Amino acid sequence: MTTMTDPHRESFRLSMLLYDSRYRSMTIQIVALIGFLTLIGWLFNNTAQNLADLGKEPSFRFLGEAAGYDINQMLVEYNNQDTHLRAAFVGVLNTLLVAVLGCLAATIVGVLIGVLRLSNNWIVSRLMTIYVEMFRNVPVLLWIVFTMAVLIETLPAPRDFRGDDPSATMYLWDTVAFTNRGFYIPEPLFTRSLGDIHLFGDAMLRFNLSLDLIAIASTLLAGILISGLFKKRADRVQEATGLRPKTWYWRLGVVFLPTIAVLMILGLNWGHPELKGFNFQGGTYMRNSLIALWLALSLYTAAFIAEIVRGGILAISKGQTEAAAALGLRNRRIMSLVILPQALRVIIPPLISQYLNLTKNSSLAIAVGYMDLTGTLMGITANQTGRELETVLIGMLIYLTISLAISAVMNAYNNRVKLRER
Amino acid sequence: MKKSVFLGALTVAGMVAGSAAAATLDDVKARGTLNCGVSTGLPGFSSADESGHWEGFDVAVCRAVAAAVLGDPEAVEFVPTTGKTRFTALASGEIDLLARNTTWTLSRDVDLKFEFVGVNYYDGQGFLVPKELGVTSAKELDGATVCIQTGTTTELNLADFFRANNISYEPVPIETNTEARQQYIAGACDAYTTDASGLAASRATFEDPTAHVILPEIISKEPLGPLVRHGDNAWGDIARWTLNALIAAEEYGITSTNIDEMLAGTDNPEINRILGTEGNLGEMLGLDADWAVRAIKAGGNYGEIFAKNIGEDTTIGLARGLNAQWKDGGILYSMPFR
Repeated sequence: MTTMTDPHRESFRLSMLLYDSRYRSMTIQIVALIGFLTLIGWLFNNTAQNLADLGKEPSFRFLGEAAGYDINQMLVEYNNQDTHLRAAFVGVLNTLLVAVLGCLAATIVGVLIGVLRLSNNWIVSRLMTIYVEMFRNVPVLLWIVFTMAVLIETLPAPRDFRGDDPSATMYLWDTVAFTNRGFYIPEPLFTRSLGDIHLFGDAMLRFNLSLDLIAIASTLLAGILISGLFKKRADRVQEATGLRPKTWYWRLGVVFLPTIAVLMILGLNWGHPELKGFNFQGGTYMRNSLIALWLALSLYTAAFIAEIVRGGILAISKGQTEAAAALGLRNRRIMSLVILPQALRVIIPPLISQYLNLTKNSSLAIAVGYMDLTGTLMGITANQTGRELETVLIGMLIYLTISLAISAVMNAYNNRVKLRER
Repeated sequence: MKKSVFLGALTVAGMVAGSAAAATLDDVKARGTLNCGVSTGLPGFSSADESGHWEGFDVAVCRAVAAAVLGDPEAVEFVPTTGKTRFTALASGEIDLLARNTTWTLSRDVDLKFEFVGVNYYDGQGFLVPKELGVTSAKELDGATVCIQTGTTTELNLADFFRANNISYEPVPIETNTEARQQYIAGACDAYTTDASGLAASRATFEDPTAHVILPEIISKEPLGPLVRHGDNAWGDIARWTLNALIAAEEYGITSTNIDEMLAGTDNPEINRILGTEGNLGEMLGLDADWAVRAIKAGGNYGEIFAKNIGEDTTIGLARGLNAQWKDGGILYSMPFR
C-alpha cells in the first residue's frame, strides 16, 4: 500500500538568495542597482549641496535676461537686446544648419569615394584609399582648424579687391567673391515678392517664413509627385507589354516648367555682392567659419561613410551580379536594381551613427568661431552669467533631442529598405 | 565645444571632491605650490619663455603671493586659462588665484561668487586697426568686421558701443589671443578689439608694429585685477595685502635693491610696518613677519614690475598713465598698513 504524500514543498529561506542559483543572479543585480542608484543620488546630493554652499543654487532665470552680445550668423532675426534663450535658439539653428549641410555633403562624397575605392583602376582606388586613411586617422578638430587656417591664409582680404589695380578679382562675371572672411555669392531676389509670415508672435521661437520659398518648394514638390505618377504608368505599361514608353522628357518638363514659371511670376533677379566700405554688401554671405566647419566635418565623416558603403557593396555576393547579368540587365541597372537595394540594408544602420557623430562633432565649432549652440548657450551665455551647470545641462538635452530625432528619421527609413520577410 | 562640457563636468567633479573647503592657505602650504591661473599667452602680462619659465606683469602677482605665503617665488604652478575657462577653473578649486587681466565687474564679484582683491592695472577697451585702412576714429568702423575674444566683457562693451552709435559691425568670435592675431594679420578682420594694454602687447609682436594704430576711443573702464573665490576671506586678505604691499613699496621707495638696507630699520613707521620690523601685521594675516619683504624681493615693487614687463622701455611700451601712483597723477593708491 502506498501512501499518498504531498510533493515536498521547499520552504523559502533567506540564504537561498545567495546559494540558490535560481535567485543568485537576481540578488546580485538588485544589489548592484541599489549601489548604482546610491552613487547617483550621492553625486546629485553632493553637487546640490556644494552649489548651495557656494551660494549658486541652480536657477534658470538667466534665460529670460537680455543676452547683450551679438551673433554674426543668424538664421532668424536677433539683436543683443534679445534674451539668452533667443540667443540659444539662434545657436541651435546654426548647429542644425551645419549638421544638415554636413550630412548631405558627407553622404555624397562618401558614396562617391566608397564606390571609386572599388574601382578596377589601380590609381583611382589607391588615391581613394589614401583619402580615407588620411581623413579618418587625424582628429577632426585638427581638420577644422587646418581648413580655417588655409581659408584665412590663402584667400585675399576684401581690401585686396579695392583700387584701380586690385590684387584680387571677383569670379564669374563679377558675381562671386572668395575672400578670407567667407564667400559672397549672388542671392535670389523677387520683385513681386509674396512677403513673409510671422510665426509665434513675440515668443522665443518666433521666426519669419518666406512665402516665396513656400510657393517654390510646393510647386517643385507637386512636380516631383506628378513625375512619380508618370513613372508608375511607365511601369504598368512595361509590365503589360514588355516595352517601356519614353517618359523622361515628360517627367523633366513637369518638374521644371511649373517651377520656372513660378520663379518668373515672382520676378526672380539676382542680387550681386559689391565691395562697399569694409566688406562686400549684398549677395549671400557664407562665413569662412561655416565653410571651414562644413568642409572639415563632411570630408572627415565622408571617409567613414566611404568605408561603410564599400563594406555594404562587398557584402552582396558576386552571384547576384552574375545572375542579374545572365538575365540581360546592363551594368547600370544591375547596380540600381539589384546591388544597391540590398547593400542599403547593410549601409543604413552604421550610416545613422555617422550622422549622429557629425552632428555632435559640430560642437567643435567654437574652434573657428562658428556660433553654434556650444558657442552661444554653453559659451558666451555660460560665461556672462556664470551658470555653467545649467547651460551645460540644457545643451546636453538639446543635443540629445537632435540626435534622437535623427535616429528616429533614419530608423524609419531603415525600416522601409530592410529585408521584408514574407 | 567638448571642452566646456568637460569643464562643466570638471566643475561638478571638483565640487564633489569637496574643494569648497575654506582654508585655501592651509591647502597651498600643504601642497607646497600655489596654483595660479594666467592667460594662455599675452606678451608682457603672462607668457612662458623658451625654457618654459613664466614671466609677465600678471605672473609677477602670482610670484609675489607665492613668495609671501611659501617663501619661494618659483613655487607656482601656472595654469593657462582662456577667457572662457578661467572662472570655472577658479570656482572648481583648480586654481587658488586668478591673475589674468580680468575685469572687476559687479556681476563677477557678486553673481559669479568671486572676490577681487584689488586692481593691478587700470585699463580700457580699445581698437587696433591697420594704418592703411585710413580709419581715425572707432565711429568710422560702420560695417567693419571686428575680431573679439569670446567670454570677456569685451563683447558686451562692443555691442553697447555700436548700438549707442547706431552703426553696424560683424563680430568674429575667437577663442584665444593667438588666433585673433592670426586672423587680424591676415586681414580676416578689419579691427581687433580688447583691452588697450592687450592691444599694445599684441602689436609689439607684429612684424611691423608701426603699421598699426590703436584708435583714440577707449569705450569702457576695465579695472583688471587678481581674484579669488568667495568664502575664504583670510586667503583673499593675503592676496589683497600682497598686492597693496607691492604698490605701497613703490610709494615709499622700497625697491628690490634697497630693501635689505631698509630692513635695518628706517625712521618711517609705515615702512617698518610693511617690512615687519615693527608691529605684527604678518601675524594678523596668518603669515610670518617677513611676508612683504619676500613679496617685494620676488620681482620688485609695483613700479619695477611695471617697468620690467610692460613699461615704456619694453617692446610693449605702455605709459604709466592712470597706473601711476596717486602722488604722480595716477589713481594707484594702496590702503594704509597699520
